[in-house]
Amino acid sequence: MKPPVDVAGETRVPVARDSDIVKARMHGRAMAMQLGFPVTSATLIATAISELARNIVLYAGAGEISLSPIENGTRRGLMVVASDSGPGIADPAQSMRDGFSTSGRLGLGLPGVRRLMDEFDLRSQAGEGTCVTVKKWNG
Amino acid sequence: MQVPILKQGPYLIATIQSALTDADIVQLRDALVEQVGRYRSLGVIIDVTALDVMDSFATGTLQDVAHMVRLRGAETVIVGIQPDVAFAMVQMGLNLEGVATTLDLEEGLAYLSRSTKLARSR
Repeated sequence: MKPPVDVAGETRVPVARDSDIVKARMHGRAMAMQLGFPVTSATLIATAISELARNIVLYAGAGEISLSPIENGTRRGLMVVASDSGPGIADPAQSMRDGFSTSGRLGLGLPGVRRLMDEFDLRSQAGEGTCVTVKKWNG
Repeated sequence: MQVPILKQGPYLIATIQSALTDADIVQLRDALVEQVGRYRSLGVIIDVTALDVMDSFATGTLQDVAHMVRLRGAETVIVGIQPDVAFAMVQMGLNLEGVATTLDLEEGLAYLSRSTKLARSR
């Protein structure tokens, strides 16, 4: 699934192998610091990106992490869009339950990401890919 | 980026020096489990002070290391989890249950000297 719109100041990181997971979260942390987020929030953002990028590598093989500065009135924030055209998620509601995993690991990926960020949106259709959009507001 | 493992008496000390890929973490796990046998080590310290992210994979794999090392007859302690990393782990619901942790390397060495077979045989 393609990310919805182009945003000014966007950084796009192609994700296909596990070194890209590290690259994506480093870019995310750098952008968060640049936008004035405190270190603690930058770490939450970097951790969320790590989980989203790993899902791309594990389940879709390849995709993209897009990072963008966002604004809402006086508030500034950072938006992360993780998109791929992989097999998609058959049951998105089930994938949001703690402890559910199809990969045999902890199964905390998506519910964990939702708790790290302020806004969370999961769009997926079997055979069509997956697009996860998350936002963190500063302040 | 391979993690150097230092043999210090009856202990192995692995000091992570930069961000690790998933493959690096798996390699560290296998190296530690193997070297515990080769050097007949009683304890393992993994220093994560330099890690700025501990996600579900890193946490799960370090937990596996601790359990595998225990099955090999030795103890593991994770040292140096940074405050903001600890915060992110708690938010995620990652707790490293059943794994010993200490503030830093010094406390880690003190922990092992109390809890390994060496201490119990004294």
